[in-house]
Amino acid sequence: MNPAPSVIFFTTLSGLGYGLAFWLAIARAFGAVPADTPWFGAISLGAALALLSAGLLSSTAHLGHPERAWRAFSQWRTSWLSREGVAAVVTFVPLGLLWLAWMLGATGGIWALVALVGAALALITVYCTGMIYQSLKPIQAWATGWTTPIYLLFALMTGAHAVAALAAWFGYGASWQAGAALILTVVLAISKFMYWRSVDTATPFSTPESATGLGRFGRVRQLEAPHVTENYITREMGFKVARKHAAKLRMIVYAIGFGIPALVAMLMLISGPSALLATIGILAAMVGAIAERWLFFAEAKHAVMNFYGER
Amino acid sequence: MTSLPATAPVKKLGLVIDLDTCVGCHACAVNCKEWNTGGEMAPLTDMDPYGAEPEGVWFNRVHGYEAGDGANGRTVHFPRSCLHCETPACVTVCPTGASYKREEDGIVLVDEDKCIGCKLCSWACPYGAREFDETVGVMKKCTLCVDRIYNETIPEAERVPACVSTCPASARHFGDLGDPNSDVSKLVAERGGYDLAPEFDYKPTNKYLPPRERMPSAPAAAEAAGEPQGLLKWVDRMLSI
Repeated sequence: MNPAPSVIFFTTLSGLGYGLAFWLAIARAFGAVPADTPWFGAISLGAALALLSAGLLSSTAHLGHPERAWRAFSQWRTSWLSREGVAAVVTFVPLGLLWLAWMLGATGGIWALVALVGAALALITVYCTGMIYQSLKPIQAWATGWTTPIYLLFALMTGAHAVAALAAWFGYGASWQAGAALILTVVLAISKFMYWRSVDTATPFSTPESATGLGRFGRVRQLEAPHVTENYITREMGFKVARKHAAKLRMIVYAIGFGIPALVAMLMLISGPSALLATIGILAAMVGAIAERWLFFAEAKHAVMNFYGER
Repeated sequence: MTSLPATAPVKKLGLVIDLDTCVGCHACAVNCKEWNTGGEMAPLTDMDPYGAEPEGVWFNRVHGYEAGDGANGRTVHFPRSCLHCETPACVTVCPTGASYKREEDGIVLVDEDKCIGCKLCSWACPYGAREFDETVGVMKKCTLCVDRIYNETIPEAERVPACVSTCPASARHFGDLGDPNSDVSKLVAERGGYDLAPEFDYKPTNKYLPPRERMPSAPAAAEAAGEPQGLLKWVDRMLSI
């Protein structure tokens, strides 16, 4: 699949935004950060809202008609993309209210409830994003039970590193932040390893033989393509990444995306919160997340390419 | 609405494509382009049409395949277009309601005024039936020539999809596949018509007729019948005069 930058930035930035919002809301709900911290609240939850707004805006950049995007809220009965749109908009309500309450120094049980609702909706939105991809049967590498959990884990992992960095800057750093970041980074690294192993060894769900129905005669090869230049289908679905480039990028994901953030989180657990270390952690995690998301698209084969004789 | 019709359409208009008789001339693709660039989904935009790298939106693409090896291998011309599936994922993934399946005849269409051009429907289709129009910014697809088949301003004999009307080998057939007594349904039953990529379970309406079994070659047939071959055949013929 063609790794369109708008979709890669949308999913990684909005994932970071929802993950950061989740951890901030949870911290507020359970009193893990003090409530009378208007500047910390304004800037950190404001950053989360800005990130997911930027992500949502960049997702409209790949639309043919962005001005009609409002129509996408209508088909939530069948479409995960529509559900994601609805969830994204609804999530703004509790998170926006919490942001205002935090800045105004409002305390009380009702805000813990608003925070919990916001945290749940943030996860539901990321779940919908994952399901958009997971529900597409023609892309075998996406139609697995791993896709949505890994989308959720990336949001939670990058969000945990971001909250560790922001809290450390404001002097509210705590070991629960580094601890959450470390656990999530390790769980995600293991999940991604198992995901890659499963897609690398999977037998093709659909083949040139099954697609054309000509398998009854034997192996099917394309003799003549229907068109001599590229077309929409071959550009959008026929993107291929060289095996050695993919291997290199996977190493970048492991080393920069998981290795450095895990190391940084471990150091902070031992020696206490550090704004510098936590900043390195979140930057490395985001580089890894973007590389991983690029590979998620670039390595995925679409079943239509069976008609072009590609295996 | 991108929900599928509550009751499955009884009428299932579609195509039956005979891979045995298709000669791979691309006339179906060209006539489709000609009709539809002025039809329901118009225009079928071309980019760089007179340049070195022309490309554009087509609803019909003709592949050529080699299947199998040696004496049993086949060369097959293979037109590929929308199969108007009974349970099309391209419709249900659409976030806007632009994609829909008609209850009255099962045709899958796009409402160009509602399409936001998110391209998700094209990702959901394993048949490559949908092509994005970069210029207009919306998704386009085969309409089964909905603007021909019900068109009372053209002679009745021409009320078939453009690809069917133009096929010089009569390899394309149009009709109601929901009616077991229709000509197309009988053809499918008689020739073992099949679904493309049935593993996706989208239940295509269009069917493909496989290349027929080979007729045995003349010498092989004679040998099978126990008739003499070569010199013996000549002697036999001389003596039989």
